[in-house]
Amino acid sequence: MVEFSGDLHYAKSHEWVRIEDDGSVTVGISDHAQEALGDVVFVELPELQMAIAAGDEAGVVESVKAASDIYAPISGTVIAVNELLDDAPETVNTSPYIDGWFFKLQPDNLGDVQNLMDVNAYETFCENEEH
Amino acid sequence: MGQRTPIYTLHVDAGAKMVDFGGWDMPIHYGSQLEEHHLVRQDVGICDVSHMTVIDLRGPQAKAYLQYLLANDVERLEVPGKALYSAMLNDSGGVLDDLIVYLDGDGYRIVVNCATREKDLAWMNQQASGFDCQLLERPELAILAIQGPNALAKVSAVVSPERADLITKLKPFIGAWSGEWFIARTGYTGEKGVEIILPGADAQNLWQALVASGVRPVGLGARDTLRLEAGMNLYGSDMDESVTPLESNMAVTVSLEGDREFLGRARLETQLGEGVERELVGLVLLERGVLRAHYPIFSGDQQVGEITSGAFSPTLEHGIGLARITVGADNLTVEIRNKRLPVQRVKLPFVRNGKQVYQLV
Repeated sequence: MVEFSGDLHYAKSHEWVRIEDDGSVTVGISDHAQEALGDVVFVELPELQMAIAAGDEAGVVESVKAASDIYAPISGTVIAVNELLDDAPETVNTSPYIDGWFFKLQPDNLGDVQNLMDVNAYETFCENEEH
Repeated sequence: MGQRTPIYTLHVDAGAKMVDFGGWDMPIHYGSQLEEHHLVRQDVGICDVSHMTVIDLRGPQAKAYLQYLLANDVERLEVPGKALYSAMLNDSGGVLDDLIVYLDGDGYRIVVNCATREKDLAWMNQQASGFDCQLLERPELAILAIQGPNALAKVSAVVSPERADLITKLKPFIGAWSGEWFIARTGYTGEKGVEIILPGADAQNLWQALVASGVRPVGLGARDTLRLEAGMNLYGSDMDESVTPLESNMAVTVSLEGDREFLGRARLETQLGEGVERELVGLVLLERGVLRAHYPIFSGDQQVGEITSGAFSPTLEHGIGLARITVGADNLTVEIRNKRLPVQRVKLPFVRNGKQVYQLV
């Protein structure tokens, strides 16, 4: 059963965003996305301190099936990347919302998350995409 | 809706993700392609390959016909049940398909790919016109591949004592009849195992008995990474009608001994005379990442070819692939997302008996 996490904001390209207490945001891909990809075998993460705009390529996730781009859901500067994924890319499959995060951004404008979907909108979006 | 094998419902019940595969609804995986791959390398797995096409050949000129039809020589089949891997070429030496042919009494049993079925049957019937022989397709038969270091023991445990005895005694690359079952020590994984060609209802029973005994199903996704690690070609990816077997790492399957006239021979001899310009080689990605079909390969600034099949090798845990490149090209790099990464050419296979074969320099 695909899981949808309630406290997150979602992009149409299936990344999620979590707002942290310090005003930074954490980015990963949804359970729906990892399930569609299949076993993840390689993740390419953005460089630290890189400034990226919403919708820009921020990395690549490669599964047994295909390579898919990861996009920045909002604009900001990369302040951390999940190095665990270098050695254990399968964490994206086993824990997409917690241990399998991709990178953290210091957002240019935290209000930009309002351009993303909430969990109900995202769930509907995924259902419509399947049909 | 595509065509369905006798195992279709059992796949769905097992939670398979079904995909279209050459017009057939087939399981790509049952949850994790990586786990299924490791099962076959370390233990045993069962794979439904009933989408493949079985053709029986009979008649007094069956042998003469195959000697004309195939690039490999069925004269090499000296023992009953023996299997031979061959390319079937068009007039210009292009690969129409690759196949396995078993010596079966006075006749032969041939297994060809599923996506090429119509083309193959049309070609084979056309070429048979001058020979006293008959081709009979056997769409009612299923094929189950049970592969892995424990495959023979696991199958033997769920079949009759006679069949268990037969399986224990079968030598690699030999098949034998047992009632309506044709059991062969062949496969597409580089591991020990059998492929069993049998009636659909029997296939359902055997599948269920194996699953009940703890053998887990393996989808076509894992089958592809298993065959790639084993250095085996996939028709339509690694070779097709635009290339000859000499450009496809299949030279050892071409028998040019004597003056046997076979389809495509003239072109192969011309090519050998002029020098073969391209070769299919194994490549290992020296940095982290995954090789995929159609990534370009460079030698210095010059593009010398492209990947034909690529994957993340679950056994070796890095990118591997087959590539068709200019003969002798060296200092190779692959272009992945506008970056050039070093690759090393290695002797195939990548993996044998579950272990890495090549040495990196």
